[in-house]
Amino acid sequence: MRIPLSWLREYVDVTIPIDELAERLTRSGLEVETIEHIGGAQAELPWDPTLVLVCNILEVSQHPNADRLVLATVEYTLGSNHTVVTGAPNLYQYKGLGRLTHPLKSVFAREGAVLYDGHVAEKVKVTLKGKPVRGVMSDAMLCSEKELGLSEEHEGILILPDDAPVGMSLLEYIGDTVVDIDVLPNMARTLSLVGMAREIAALTGQSFRLPNPTVASSGANANDTIKVSIAAPELCPRFTASVVRNVTIKPSPFWMQRRLIMAGMRPINNIVDISNYVMLELGTPNHTFDADCVAEAHIVVRNANVDEQIKTLDGRTHMLNPSHLLVCDTTQPLSVAGVMGGESSEVSDRTKNVLVEAAVWEPTIIRRMSTAFKLRSEASKRFERGVDPEMLELAQRRLCQLLHDYADGVVAPGLVDVRSAPIRQISITLTSAEVKRILGLDFTATKLCDLLTPLGFGCTVNTSDSLAVIVPSYRRDVSHTADLCEEVARMFGYDNLPSTIMADELPAQRTNLALEHEHFVRDVLSGAGLNEAITYSLTSLASAANLDPAEAEATNYLRLANPLSSEREYMRRAILPTLLESAAGNLRERGSTRLFEIGRVYHRRADAILPAEPLRVAIVMAGQRTNASWHDASPEAIDFFDIKGVVELLCERLQISTIRIAPSDADSLQPGRAAQLIARTAIGEVVIGHFGELHPLARERFAMPAVRVAVAEFALDTLLELANVPRYTSISRYPASSQDLALVAPVMVSAETIAASIRKYAGAALNSIELFDVYTGANLGAGMRSLAYRLTFRSNERTLGDDEITKLRAKIIRGVEHETGAKLRS
Amino acid sequence: MTIIDQLADIEQAALTALMKIDTSEAIGEWKSNYLGKQGAIAKLSRELGTLPGDQRPAAGQRFNAVRAALDEAFASREATISSAAQHQAFGQDAVDVTLPGRLPVVGRLHPSTRVLRMITDIFADMGFQVWESPEVETDTLNFGLLNIPEDHPARDMWDTFYVETAPGAEKVLLRTHTSPGQIHAMRAHAPHPVRVILPGKCYRYEQVTTRHEMMFHQVEGIAVGQHITFSDLKGTLIGFAERLYGVGTKTRFRPSYFPFTEPSVELDVECFLCKGKGCRICKQSGWLEVSGAGMIHPIVLRNGGYDPDVFSGFAFGMGPERITMLRHGIDDIRWFFSGDERFLQQFV
Repeated sequence: MRIPLSWLREYVDVTIPIDELAERLTRSGLEVETIEHIGGAQAELPWDPTLVLVCNILEVSQHPNADRLVLATVEYTLGSNHTVVTGAPNLYQYKGLGRLTHPLKSVFAREGAVLYDGHVAEKVKVTLKGKPVRGVMSDAMLCSEKELGLSEEHEGILILPDDAPVGMSLLEYIGDTVVDIDVLPNMARTLSLVGMAREIAALTGQSFRLPNPTVASSGANANDTIKVSIAAPELCPRFTASVVRNVTIKPSPFWMQRRLIMAGMRPINNIVDISNYVMLELGTPNHTFDADCVAEAHIVVRNANVDEQIKTLDGRTHMLNPSHLLVCDTTQPLSVAGVMGGESSEVSDRTKNVLVEAAVWEPTIIRRMSTAFKLRSEASKRFERGVDPEMLELAQRRLCQLLHDYADGVVAPGLVDVRSAPIRQISITLTSAEVKRILGLDFTATKLCDLLTPLGFGCTVNTSDSLAVIVPSYRRDVSHTADLCEEVARMFGYDNLPSTIMADELPAQRTNLALEHEHFVRDVLSGAGLNEAITYSLTSLASAANLDPAEAEATNYLRLANPLSSEREYMRRAILPTLLESAAGNLRERGSTRLFEIGRVYHRRADAILPAEPLRVAIVMAGQRTNASWHDASPEAIDFFDIKGVVELLCERLQISTIRIAPSDADSLQPGRAAQLIARTAIGEVVIGHFGELHPLARERFAMPAVRVAVAEFALDTLLELANVPRYTSISRYPASSQDLALVAPVMVSAETIAASIRKYAGAALNSIELFDVYTGANLGAGMRSLAYRLTFRSNERTLGDDEITKLRAKIIRGVEHETGAKLRS
Repeated sequence: MTIIDQLADIEQAALTALMKIDTSEAIGEWKSNYLGKQGAIAKLSRELGTLPGDQRPAAGQRFNAVRAALDEAFASREATISSAAQHQAFGQDAVDVTLPGRLPVVGRLHPSTRVLRMITDIFADMGFQVWESPEVETDTLNFGLLNIPEDHPARDMWDTFYVETAPGAEKVLLRTHTSPGQIHAMRAHAPHPVRVILPGKCYRYEQVTTRHEMMFHQVEGIAVGQHITFSDLKGTLIGFAERLYGVGTKTRFRPSYFPFTEPSVELDVECFLCKGKGCRICKQSGWLEVSGAGMIHPIVLRNGGYDPDVFSGFAFGMGPERITMLRHGIDDIRWFFSGDERFLQQFV
């Protein structure tokens, strides 16, 4: 809401500096967003009060040496005559008329004045200097709106109204300050000049002046000439109408146009401007109909009929249904109630008589219609937040007065005023105890009364700690004691209230174990060299198909009803697709990528309207294993065993033992370099996820370079359920004994099969088993592989003897040979 | 020449020779020449027997003194030589310490994660525990139960992504704030007091710009009990601001509007970049908006299962991305969810 100070001052005295006022407004919930100075010292373009003046143009004559220039004889103090060269087209018509019988008022700038250059698009400041223009000395100018910084208008010079005082500085005449205030939805009362003034008066201790216009009326009484019927009383609690005859359509007065412009509205003509002016001044949206277009002079407020239509002022036609509310005559709709007028009864140049409507509407119907028709207007904005129903009579008087004064209208006596539903008055009992319970500070009833009364609340002190509060009609936002507590706190000053440490009972403290585990996994993975990413939960089927075409089944996904783009249309079912998109970018940019993400995915459920939101962890690694440096100019590339290492580390750090890794046939992974993580649970084996190297086809779909891309995605909540607290194993004080064992077996016998067999036959004496060499070579025979293990034996009770170890070794070899077919390498 | 005179000559010659020695081989040879079993002093000492009995003790003492002096000179010289040798070896082993080191490969946490942890840790110290709730919610939980009825102008405050549902089914949406978690948490705890902090992802139907994201995190906190006041809310938020921005951080409490709180408040802290003078970051105001808060609206308390005439409580919310941007001087929110490691690697 833009508030010109000169206008505000009609209703309240502003006695404190503007910056202080802005701070007080902000601290009372009316946040000042900008302070715009027009013409003054702090303005973007200050008008020097001695150099930029209101002037009279006495005569206009042709420039002797230039067709498109004129010479204007200007008077800027009584008796002064100054010749000004100008090219203003709006002066051409006065050329050669000699001394003007009706001198024109304009703005005269003398040498030294700083103005904007009117000939360039940007705002460039120039200092006015005297110089001959085509042989005529020019040391002053007549200014356009653009040159003064008032608007972009540069077609001609600014023409001021006849009553502009010659010689007065422009700063004094129309200099101003506009405060732009962010009005929150519960502050509807301040969507007007008087509403803002009332608030400022209360905040600064000044008195508030409500205008009280008087209207001269004549002719037939409005109540005898028009009829108003309300068929939907609950949606229209009050409707008023007045009649003004014989209006003249013309521009509105200069001062009104200035105020509208400063408030952010565009002047149109006197009728439209007066309507907007009263809405801004009093907060009462209103509508002016061409009275001669209202059939039978009968206004009917009713719901729309099925398939009814209306063409609104913006030229659009809207299909209506009975949920919509209309202002009609006996034959057709005239306007969408409270939202926008219709074309059929629009005020035009031929309009003679007008019917002025000021009404209040049920806020939700206005919001529904303005949303449905995409018609958000200044009127609908106010109606949906709540308009003061008791302001209508004053608003009508103001409208009629202005139509009389500035549209030459003849006001019909009488106001048609239909109150179709009672307007509820709210009364609340407020106690000191309740205020203390909510705010934490003691106030006596008298103090509460002193704080609330300036805002217009009717307060009656009942006892020293209780008062009755009547809520004024313009405070539709107040209905609970909590609302009054806010008003008390606001007027007392939020910053003046104490700040305390909660003394209330501390609730039982509980650990969020799942979250702690989740944080731990983040720390483990970042410690393993992976950067944590967070990617969008919203994605596309195309992205899911990049990983696995079979995943692009729309029916499995939650789809947005109103996506912003087709790229972010579906809720993800897996993390990897969006993470791989990020990884592809990193690979292109840096040649490597190491990312993980922990987040939710969204799975539709057949038996519930809300999806399951399981927690996942995904990992992508590709490119060089370490950063290339002078230590290692070309590190090896990441492959399957890097991601497997991370998976093993994660399981080890979480102390998960009830898990195994097996080959996987996931379509997104390269066959033979794909594994799955399988948990042994009470209900049997559960696949927790897959990891391995991305299938080359998938890699190409993500536009990644031809490197091995290692990926993993696991059900993190399932994995975390398997986590354990580490159990200490006692550390032996006896020496260890090592044995190396190279076993040759067909490649299809997995390393895990052989290791498991070794463990089985070695028994408790085996302290550790480490695979230190894997060899395949022609000398072993086709399809054969040698696995070399270092076995460490150690007992907690004693030193193991050499013969004991030798026997054990022989037992292991026999057992493994028997169980797996592996032979000791010769 | 007496034995004693000969001894003095040997001592002199030994010390002179020792001073010229600078290798460990030569010093070994010197030791055996002078102090060894077959060395000069040992040989001379065998002649002690030729001395008259009364001179022998004094001569013996003199021999011991010379031996001790040479032992000491030997040790000192040997230390000098080995130190010089070590020094030379070190010189050959020296590196250019300005060459880059071998960096361990270590990843970074997302900056939002870091800031979320900072926030939840601060509130944990005040007795708030983390509580999580779904990201996909019903219209009722996201709006209705929070005193934001359909067709209420306050709905303009949240541009919402809706999820496709069957005709006639309840409206489902991506939560626009963590506030539905208030209802979940209150219902789980009522009628006992509750203090929880609700972090998580939220979504807004909003064109993505340098300042606005369609997805972001929010942290919300609530405290409900029988004696919780607006003054407690102020104390809690000031405590938080002082932990996050330093002791003595200036704060400003401005009345605000949220449908689910009454009274409502906006917490500003003095801009830590310009110290309140006004700069580009604080839009010349000298203040930075940190948190929206207020006393939980009686209707919301009732929807959460508490009797608003007996219980009271406060709620507050804040955006970790905004706090992160201010903390690190990030000028474009779009980096947060880009997964770009040039961005991620800049944080700790």
